[in-house]
This record gives sequence, C-alpha cells and structure tokens, in this order.
Amino acid sequence: MFSLSRKDLLALAIFTVVVLTMPVWLAPFGAAYPGLMQKFAIYAIFAIGFNILFGLTGYLSFGHAAFIGVGSYTTVWSFKLLTMDILPAMVLAVVVTGVFALVIGYFSLRRTGIYFSILTLAFAQMSYSLAYSVLTPITNGETGLLLARDDPRYLDALLGAQANVAGLPQPTLLGSSVAGYAGFYLCAVILILTFFLSQKVFASPFGMALRGIKSNQTRMNYTGFNTKPYMLAAFVISGMIAGLAGGLLSITDPLAGAERMRWTESGNVVLMTILGGVGTLFGPVIGAWLIKYFENIFSAINTNMLNTAFSFLPDGVQSFVVTVLSKFVGEGWHLTLGLMFVLIVVFLPGGLVEGFHRFMARLKRRSAAPERVSSVQPAE
Amino acid sequence: MNAFLSQLLNGLDKGGAYALIALGLTLVFGTLGVVNFAHGALFMLGCFCAVTFRYLITLETVTLDPEKLSPWGQPVEVRTPLVQNWFGDFGAVLVDYSVPISILLAIPAMLVIGIAMERGIVKHFYKRSHAEQILVTFGLAIVLQEIVKAFFGANPIPQPIPSDLRGAADIGAWFGMAPHLLTYPWWRLIYLLFSGLVIGGVFAFLQFTTFGMVVRAGMADRETVGLMGIDIDRRFTIVFGLAAVVAGVAGVMYTPLLAPNYHLGMDFLVLSFVVVVVGGMGSLPGAVAAGFLLGILQSFASMTEVKSLIPGIDQVIIYLVAVVILLVRPRGLMGRRGIMEN
Amino acid sequence: MNETPPNIILHAADVHKNFGGLRALSDIDLQIEEGKTHAIIGPNGAGKSTLLNVIIGRIPPSSGAVIFDGTVLTGKAPYEINQLGISRVFQTPEIFPELPVLHNVMAPAFARRDGAFRVNMLRSVGSEREIRDEAEAILDDIGLHGRREDHAGSLSRGDKRRLELAMCLIQRPRLLLLDEPTAGMSRHDTNTTIELLRKIKSTGMTKVIIEHDMHVVFSLADRISVLAQGCIIASGLPHEVKEDPRVQEAYLGGSVE
Repeated sequence: MFSLSRKDLLALAIFTVVVLTMPVWLAPFGAAYPGLMQKFAIYAIFAIGFNILFGLTGYLSFGHAAFIGVGSYTTVWSFKLLTMDILPAMVLAVVVTGVFALVIGYFSLRRTGIYFSILTLAFAQMSYSLAYSVLTPITNGETGLLLARDDPRYLDALLGAQANVAGLPQPTLLGSSVAGYAGFYLCAVILILTFFLSQKVFASPFGMALRGIKSNQTRMNYTGFNTKPYMLAAFVISGMIAGLAGGLLSITDPLAGAERMRWTESGNVVLMTILGGVGTLFGPVIGAWLIKYFENIFSAINTNMLNTAFSFLPDGVQSFVVTVLSKFVGEGWHLTLGLMFVLIVVFLPGGLVEGFHRFMARLKRRSAAPERVSSVQPAE
Repeated sequence: MNAFLSQLLNGLDKGGAYALIALGLTLVFGTLGVVNFAHGALFMLGCFCAVTFRYLITLETVTLDPEKLSPWGQPVEVRTPLVQNWFGDFGAVLVDYSVPISILLAIPAMLVIGIAMERGIVKHFYKRSHAEQILVTFGLAIVLQEIVKAFFGANPIPQPIPSDLRGAADIGAWFGMAPHLLTYPWWRLIYLLFSGLVIGGVFAFLQFTTFGMVVRAGMADRETVGLMGIDIDRRFTIVFGLAAVVAGVAGVMYTPLLAPNYHLGMDFLVLSFVVVVVGGMGSLPGAVAAGFLLGILQSFASMTEVKSLIPGIDQVIIYLVAVVILLVRPRGLMGRRGIMEN
Repeated sequence: MNETPPNIILHAADVHKNFGGLRALSDIDLQIEEGKTHAIIGPNGAGKSTLLNVIIGRIPPSSGAVIFDGTVLTGKAPYEINQLGISRVFQTPEIFPELPVLHNVMAPAFARRDGAFRVNMLRSVGSEREIRDEAEAILDDIGLHGRREDHAGSLSRGDKRRLELAMCLIQRPRLLLLDEPTAGMSRHDTNTTIELLRKIKSTGMTKVIIEHDMHVVFSLADRISVLAQGCIIASGLPHEVKEDPRVQEAYLGGSVE
C-alpha cells in the first residue's frame, strides 16, 4: 500500500514537515495565523485535485468551482440535519460531489478540447444560476446557507449529544472542537493525505494511462485502453477532491454561498495550477500558497501604508508613485493577479517548477562548463 | 399572440448584441485560429468608451447665480457643460446624443486597443495550444476589467437615451393593429437596425473587397493562403482590430439598455462563446443566426407562462442550449467538420 | 507431406467499401492463415490502407464482414479489437511523445495484463518488475535500451517506428498489422527491421504487412495478395504471385523486381 519510490517517499516526508511546520516558517511573513493557513491548505487541496485532471490528461475544466460549491452545501446540510461532527460531513461532501461529478463528467467527456472546456463551464454556470434561483430552498440564495440553533440535527438528537447551550453550535471532530489551530492541523493532515494520493496517481499505471491520453489518444485506443472510463475516473477523483476542499471551507467557517461557484473561482484554480506548474506534484501547492498569500498581503495594503512606505521620496514623486501603486493593491489586487497570470503564461508556461528546473540546469551547466572544454565527447 | 410578438421583438435586440460579439469572436477564431477569452472585455471597453465620452463632454463650469437663492439662502450653482459654453445649442445636442456620437471615439480607440493586443500578446500564441491561448487571453481579460474598475469604480454607470428617442414605437399600429397593443422602445429598435447594419457591413466588407476575399480564403484554408505568399501577419492584425471595433461599437450602443460595469465583459464572454459554439465554430453566418436565436430563446424563457411551467428556465436556457447542441450536434448549427475536434 | 487444414485466423468475407460513389474495395475475400506472414501489395491508390482500416474496424465496410477467430469485428471499438489480440503499426508512428521510451513500451503491456480499464493505483509503474523487465528486454532487442529514459518525441523517425513496433510486440498479439513498416527508413534501418520481423516470425505470430518495398515483401512474406483498383487480383505463394501475368500487368506491365 505504502509503495512509493524512494524519491517520492522523500518528497512526501519533506512535504509533511513543510506543511506541519507552517506556523513556524510562516511567522516571519506575517501569515502564521490559523485562518489564513487553513486557506493555504484548503486551496492547495483544491489545486492538487484540479491538477490530477488538467495536469495528467490535459483536459481543461472551467467548471471546478461547482464542485467546491456542492461540497460546501452538502457539509452545511450535514451539520443542519445530521450532526455537528465533521466526519459524516466530509464523507457526505466527497460522496455527493462524486455523484455530481460523475453526471457532469459523463456528458462533458463526450467532447474534447475547447468543447469540453465550454461544456464544463456551461454546467458550472447552470449550477451557479440555479443556486441563486430555483434551488433557493436548498441553497438559501444570496444570503447563503447558515446554521441555526433550531436545526434538527437528528443524529445528535438521537445520541443525546446536545450542542452547547449558548450561541450557534460549532463543528467538532469526535467531540473536540476544530476551531483555531486544531482546524489548521485538520486541514494540514488532509492536505498531506491528498498529496500522498496525488503521488500514488502520478506514479501508478493508472496515472500513466492518463498521461497516455494526454499524449496520444489514438494510440491509447489502438493499444487496448478504453479511454472513456479512464477520463471519467480522473474527472470524478478530481471532482471529489474539490468537493472535499469545499467541505473543509464550510467546516472552518460553517456557511455556504453560491459565490464559491462563480466561474472566476474556476479560473482561480486554473491560475494556481499554471503558476506553480501544470502536471507536477508540488506545482499546484506552491501556486495555491503564493496566490493566497499575495491575495492576503496585497489586498490588505492601503494608501496610507503606501504613503508611509514612500515618505522618503519628494512630495510630488511620492504622490505619483502611491497613486500608481495603489491601483495594484487593496481592491486592485486582481489587477496584479491578472498581470501575473499573463506574464506566467507568456514567459514561463511550465510554471515556477519549470522555472526552478531551468535555473538549476543553468547552474549545473555553468559549473560543468570548464570540464566540457577538456572532454570533446560528452558522456552519454 | 401579441405577447409572443413582443417577446420576439425583445429577444431581437439582445440577439443583435450577441450576434455582434460572436461575429468578432468567430472572425478571430476563423482567421487567426485563436480562442480569445478577452473578447468580452472588448465589448466592455466599448461600453466604457461611451462612458468616457460622456464624462469628457459633460465637464462643467460652475458659476454662482446671485439672482437665485437656494432654500438655504445661498446663491444657486449653475452648472453648464463646457461644450454648451463653446457651441451653444449644438453643444446641448452633443450632450444629449452622447451615446451614438461616442461611436466616433470608439472606432479609433477600439482599433488601437485591438491592434495593440494582437501585436503585443496574441500574435505570440498563434502556434501554441488552445489551452494556452485560453489562459493568456483569460488573464488579459482580468487585467482589462481590473483597469476599468480602477478608473471607473465598481458600480454600474447608466447612460441616457437621447431625449428624442425615448418612449416606444407603436409597432402594432404600423401593421394595422389597435394602438398600444404592440409597442417596442425606440432605442431597442434602433439597436436592432444598428446591429443589422454592422453585420451587413462586415459581410459586405468580406464579400466585396480584396482584403475580405483573402480573409475568407484564410478562414477556409489557412495553410494555402500562407503558401500563396500573402502577408498574413498584417492582415491578422487588421482582422483582430476589426473584431475589436465591432465588439466595441456593439458595446457603445448597448449602454442605454444595460448600465455598463467592469465585469460586463466576463458576463458576456461566457454567453458569446455559447453563441459561437451553437452557431458552429468558425462559421460567420452561424454566429449571427445563433446570436439572434439565443436572444429570442432567452426572451421567451423569461415569460411568466414559461417560467411557471419550468421554474428557473430563464436562468439556464442559454447553457442548456449549449449543452444540448454540443452533445447532439457538436459542430453547431453551421459548423464545418474537423474544427477543434481534437 | 501431410497437409493439416490451415487454421484461418482472419477472414475478410465478401467485403465492399464505397466512399460516396467511389468504389474503394469490391468483393474482397481474404483469408489469413495463423502463424503466417501475409503481405498485401499493390500500386498506389489500390485500396491497401482502406483494407487495413476496414480490418481494424476504423472504417466500417459497406457490406461484408471481417471475422477474427470466430468474432465479427465490424462495429467494435478499436480498443475492443486490440483486446481480442490485434495490434497495429501505423504508417506514421503513433507513440506517446511526452512519455519516456520505457513507459511507451510498458503502457501497452498494462493494457494486455489489466484489460481495457482498471484503476490500478496500488503499485507504482516502476515497481511492476515483470512488465518492466519485459519492456527492457524488448528495448534491448530493438536497440533503444540506452534511450529508455528519454522522451519518445526526441527519437529519430526511424527509431520512433521501431519503438512503435516494440509497443505492439510487447502485447504479444495474435495478429500484427503493419502499415508500411519500413517506409522512409534508410537501407540499414530497413534491414534491421527485417531481421527483427524475421525473429518474431519464429514465435508464430501472424502478421499482415502492407508494403511497397518488394525487397521487404519477398524477404518476409509466406503469402502475398495483390490489390489493384480495390480488387484482389492474385493471391498465393510468393513465387506464384511473382509469375502471375495479371500482377505484372497491374504494375504497369513492368516485372516485379
């Protein structure tokens, strides 16, 4: 079961340490508070799931936000109807999203290329619109789905486990609270498990088949692979992971709104994956962390802070610099995001991971250069 | 029957906007082979050409009128647009008709924006995968909409209809029905005629000019045209500019019907892709037909009778049509075989 | 000598194929004996590739049927036909350019072992020793072992063709279809490929070869069928076909090499 190559085991070990020590190494960056670190973990899970589809098979889904939404709603409903314990909530989120992904995937995967992208987009937009209109009894429309004190919680009632008397009930894991750092470590552990799953997929014959589909679908068919169920399996796994991420969003903050299903959210996860490196293990995680980090930092900067930072400049220059820069921070953070997106796709289509490899290769070449002069034939 | 006709009319002007956007999208896709996710942003930029023009033209001088007093005993401020100071009544007309007149600003502005986009970014993506084209133009769309947001804010900025053109045309009466049975707002009628005119203009341009012939040949068979030694690059740039202008003027004229905001482009983008796909990737007549068809369908879906029959249908009709068309007839209504099928 | 009745593994019975009004194949009756190498030759445009595509199920015949070992192939998906034991080498090599050479050869072995679909995630590709050893052995045979870690897309055209052949061989198909396996190869590469195909012959694998190069045909084929204008005009042992006047006629009156 635990059969990973030595290289993968090492990567998993490093990853585990990095994730669990986030409160330590994020402190100098001013990002070591549980709420933000939870977001880091959750969006990394989302991006890893997306990458299993896009990175391995090359099918670009523009509708993954719908799965986040379904996972969120399912979780809150589990809190309302069953119990405040998060285990059933997470299981339900994954299962329900899986069924949802199965249906959408079954239809969308009948087409390839841009048609597939548009089909997934259309399905997600339908879910989004319906969540705001007809499905209001389930989604509570624009207000979003909230917990209430008088929710039935049949399972809790059955077991006689009544929530605390004052205020809204809080999600628990087997009776203990998942607020604050406990919540972060919960998300962190699930992130590590998701990373492990992604390693298994990447290294397995299943993952090789998915890469084969990306590389040459004709050859796959004439080689005896039935590509349809492979694609569907990848789509459903990817959707279930997104559903899990959606569930975690609602566990750390028990409400669910349709804005999580907006297609710009689908665009965000694409961006995270691209920024880090499509089809790599670490790429999506790095991308998700960077974007969430910068979102947090940039959107918090305001004009006053800029004024203080550039107070050493002469007055006119200062106000000019501040005016220009203020367009990129705070509310304007999305502008920075968009620019980053364009620059990455234009100059570094392989993302940061590829950039890192290129950089290392250049270093190696430079250090190896003197040797090469002496040996005419490079060892091959 | 009247309800039917008026819904049909309501769908037509919306359809006109869809058709104009889809036309440019198809033109760019057919000739350049680029999937342009920033096309909706071009429509949005067109809308803001109208906003900018109106802003410039209504820059005011403020004078105090000592004769009149406000209820607080202060002299009343009299605001006169500068243009009215300069040109008198003509200036007032200018302000009143700011929306249609701003087309004159939109055409060169959109041309410049389009050409800059093509030369600056899009041209480097001709040989790259469709996924990468989608990604870079998607990023570009975000940048454009955020720039607009930074300058114009997040709230919609309504644009007025010229005062002579407010009210509704009594279309029913034209056809011998009783008065006020079938009316249609003048501006919507104008938009419909305008979109017909622009569509006709684009088709005439493609049909009757040498340049248009080359473009059509390029849409049919890109490689051959390249081999004929025709300077494709320059033509691509112009086609992209043309598409930007069409989207832009479509946006300008649409502003009185829908107050422009910065995310209008994204809203219309998803829609216009659906239109293009329904029409058939790479088919110009298909794009136009699908634009009107979807506009009308959307209009019918929002009838109360229909909504009570199938709740929520007005919200999803467009996407539903897209899904059905893609699954049943992936080449769309008029698409050719083999386009983007792998 | 006692002739046991030949076992017919593939039978294209009364196959016709029209494209619009154009008659691509008419009245084809082709029987492939098990264990033999059967070459299909003919001038350009004779319908060789169409015939191969009909056999593999890529193009449905207008009438008639293709029967493989008792199973009708018409209407089956490519992967189903492959799972029955038919592999195909294409005219332009179909490989996985982005995958390492070794994985190119291992993937088909998984399809053979695990069937058309199996979510196999328990073990990693690298720890599947049996398949790995087999793939490395085959790569050794075709002389690509040294490049097993390289991306297949970086191989030369000739190497790609040999890689594709290896991808088919590792499936140990009962029937191997080769569409001009040496087209565009240098004389040296062609000879290596002939040697390789000869070696396979001893394993008893049935092969159908479409080929222009008469040198290749006569070095390998046990049976030859000649296709001209969509009809089989001659079929039989190499020397019989060589002397058939209709065949010489079809090749523009020239003698066959």
